[in-house]
Amino acid sequence: MSVETSQSGEPGASPATDPVTRTPLGKVRGTGSAREGAEHWWHERASSVAVLLLFVWLIVSLLRLPSLDHRGVTEWLRDPLAAVPMLLLVAATFWHLKMGLQVIIEDYVHDEGNKFLSLLLLGFATVGGAAFAIFAILKIAFAATGMPR
Amino acid sequence: MTRNPNRPLSPHLTVYKWGPHMLVSILHRITGAGLATVGAAALVWWLVAAASGEEAYESFTDWATSWIGIVIGVGLTWAFFQHTLSGLRHLVMDIGAGFEIERNKFWATLTLAGSILLTAALWLYIVMGKAA
Repeated sequence: MSVETSQSGEPGASPATDPVTRTPLGKVRGTGSAREGAEHWWHERASSVAVLLLFVWLIVSLLRLPSLDHRGVTEWLRDPLAAVPMLLLVAATFWHLKMGLQVIIEDYVHDEGNKFLSLLLLGFATVGGAAFAIFAILKIAFAATGMPR
Repeated sequence: MTRNPNRPLSPHLTVYKWGPHMLVSILHRITGAGLATVGAAALVWWLVAAASGEEAYESFTDWATSWIGIVIGVGLTWAFFQHTLSGLRHLVMDIGAGFEIERNKFWATLTLAGSILLTAALWLYIVMGKAA
């Protein structure tokens, strides 16, 4: 790579080869200005497919349940084949929605301090929400049948 | 800050004529934000109520079957279908397909029609199931 030719700014020199915006190490790592490359973007897409499959499963399962009352739902969630996909659904959904809300915050909250605080609170809220949901599923799944509750 | 009036302005959003592709684009963000907040809260409430016992679960179902609960429920199902369909559209566009203006507008319009149809179909199924 010739630094002289890229710095001359001739038309056609792609930004990726411009030493002003891309250091050789940065080019090798492919991390770009966000310092994490396309990881966030890719995780958002990958989780979207997971969320889609799991929600199709949830909607079909709920519509097929004979009753959505307390007994019907808890007996259904006691089955590992319902509890495990439900845990995966909560994990994938909260991961996906955290990444989505993060992009919205990054787009609209311009003040660095407010942005930092918003992202911190977003992290707390999503981990907290997911923890409550996961605990609830495990509590139902591990509850001994026939025990007075 | 003083601005040199001779410098060009960046074309702002308001200069464009609204089309279905623009509507679907911003709806993807709005429905996503709604699902991520109201939808996630409802999901956690439902699960925690089910884990807490019959009484807590009943107060959830009382709320969910009240008129305000049903309005929110219909809104959430529409938001879910709209976000899902435009999300699928985005996955197709992510592989570099469907950017020709007419095709792009066609599929954008289809996500709008599809989300309304699917919402109507789901709630019709729920209401019919209850009546049966």
